[in-house]
Amino acid sequence: MFETVLLVMLFLLAIAILGGLYRAIKGPSMADRVIALDLISIMMIALIGVVSIYMETDAFLEAILLLGILAFIGAVAFGKYIERGVIIERKRDD
Amino acid sequence: MLSLIEILISIFVLLGSFLSLIGSLGIMRLPDIYSRMHAATKSATLGVVLLILGTFTYFLGEGIFSLQLLLTIAFVFLTAPVAAMIISRSAHRNGVELWGRTKHDELQESYPEHLEPERENEKVERP
Repeated sequence: MFETVLLVMLFLLAIAILGGLYRAIKGPSMADRVIALDLISIMMIALIGVVSIYMETDAFLEAILLLGILAFIGAVAFGKYIERGVIIERKRDD
Repeated sequence: MLSLIEILISIFVLLGSFLSLIGSLGIMRLPDIYSRMHAATKSATLGVVLLILGTFTYFLGEGIFSLQLLLTIAFVFLTAPVAAMIISRSAHRNGVELWGRTKHDELQESYPEHLEPERENEKVERP
């Protein structure tokens, strides 16, 4: 029973990721794609959580935290790239 | 039958998946990027927080107190709105078009004259 609930929820999350993938492919502007990829990575965090309940292992918990951090850094880097064309700004002396 | 803690985990996971699905539906169906951002960050963030809370409850029932999951909840809850704000600000500065039925654009007045982005479907009458 509990496994069935988890399997159905995994299926729903997979559908949600497919929706994000649709927007990432079709999205008219670059920021649409960044938002869709951010949504996909956040959904992947949730998916790994449900998978680790389903497989009854705690080996994936570090992966959850790392994916959260990487999603944020990736979104900020893409935002700065869209806005200014550079990611790391260097100060010039002259 | 389900035990009590399994019912609790099921409720968390069900609510979380439902909210994530709503976020995905919003990112597919809404008309312009700013409303899509609204769907993708608010409901999906709450859904993911609920799902991770369910995972935390499961491992607490197994006797494992996992600090990484609590850290993940705090981190996602703090950083997802910040990322959305940065991306939407860069999109607005680059002149991504608003929806045609948008009534008012408050950020319009905050640009200097030479930096003003050009949008096609926007008809603002300036005095």
